[in-house]
Amino acid sequence: MGKSSEIKLLGTAASPFVNRVQFVLNLKSIEYEFIEENLFCKSELLLTSNPAYTKVPVLFHENKPPLAESLIIIEYLDEIYPNIHPILPSDPFERAYNRFWANYIDTKFFPLFMEMRRTHSKEGKEAIKKQIIEASQLLEEAFVKFSNGKAYFGGDNVRYLDVVLGCFLGWIKFSEKRNEFKAFDEVRTPKLLEWTKRIWTHEAFKDAIPNTETLVNFYMMLQKYKP
Amino acid sequence: MADEVKLYGFPGSPYVSRVTTALNLKGIKYEFVAEDLSNKSADLLKYNPVHKKVPVLVHNGKPISESLVIVEYIDDAWKGVPILPQDTYEKAQARFWAKFIDDKCTPAIFKAITNHGEEQAVAEAQEQLQFLENELNVKGKKFFGGDNINLVDIAATFIAYWLGAAEEALGIKVLSKDKFPKITEWCGNYINCQVVKDDLVPREAIVAFFRKRFGNA
Repeated sequence: MGKSSEIKLLGTAASPFVNRVQFVLNLKSIEYEFIEENLFCKSELLLTSNPAYTKVPVLFHENKPPLAESLIIIEYLDEIYPNIHPILPSDPFERAYNRFWANYIDTKFFPLFMEMRRTHSKEGKEAIKKQIIEASQLLEEAFVKFSNGKAYFGGDNVRYLDVVLGCFLGWIKFSEKRNEFKAFDEVRTPKLLEWTKRIWTHEAFKDAIPNTETLVNFYMMLQKYKP
Repeated sequence: MADEVKLYGFPGSPYVSRVTTALNLKGIKYEFVAEDLSNKSADLLKYNPVHKKVPVLVHNGKPISESLVIVEYIDDAWKGVPILPQDTYEKAQARFWAKFIDDKCTPAIFKAITNHGEEQAVAEAQEQLQFLENELNVKGKKFFGGDNINLVDIAATFIAYWLGAAEEALGIKVLSKDKFPKITEWCGNYINCQVVKDDLVPREAIVAFFRKRFGNA
């Protein structure tokens, strides 16, 4: 049974950044109201609640003003519900190390997939694939360090980086199929590949990662409105 | 056992300035290791293999990279003057504005600089700065942090000192006083803080840097 906490989440099912927040809400068993946003015809609510970015997710908690940016929302949720499935570690260095890799994933790793979508030449796509493979290698090394032989970045349990990277798995798979390559594979990134399988079947993730149809529809809209 | 704190950086970097300000706020003694970015040290490459950039803070042998991650680490690891608000919601908002400065503000300002004050680029930079102007207006205080500087003020270091130098170097205007009276006032207040002032390089050096790097032939 979830906690009633007066939380509303403005988002789009296809957005991995929204999914990220959903995973944390699921992990912490927090009930929330999901308000679906149309990113191709932005609502007044979105424009007024996040004027600086006009992006989802936006979190509304009790009667406080809205909060945006998924990583910031996650830390906020972790601070207001610290005793239920903690997401970030308490040690300052471990926290910094986690945040560093979250920054890498958001500014270096996932943007490559977004760039892939917008690249149409064969040479261009091959160059990006190469960069994705290099980045995946770094993430494999990071996973080995963080997991310390265990199942997740967080060790025995799903924690911050599992959520931060795990939210992209739907889109990564979509991009892999579409562009005929593998970001993670048995030879180069065996540990990460195993990790992805655990995330796909994890209780808190499997209902929040959007299905292929949702992704395809969203992809078509992106190609049309943001080529 | 005494803490060993080293900061790898170069003195003219606004990102390094963020970290020195945070260290100064907490009264932390540290060794500054000056890096020549055209000839990076083995240590830097060892401590930040992913980005190979400064600043890097090494605390008792453990490296931390990315300026805002470092500043939060400093606040986490040392007591004393708080850099982030104590209230959970206020803390989240401070993180938001710090991120906004990096995500939106600085890139737009940089574009205005590299495009030598081209009208559209300046307009876009000013659009982003307007959000910060509004924040200061709403707060009605000296700093984004209220009576004292906080994470947001520190994140906005580039605007406080480097932007003015770039404007002078290239003969452009982005942060006009009539459009941004609050930010203009904030700039003066911020660079006058001892914890900031102590480590700022002479303005002429920064003007010269922008002139050399982005000025017309």
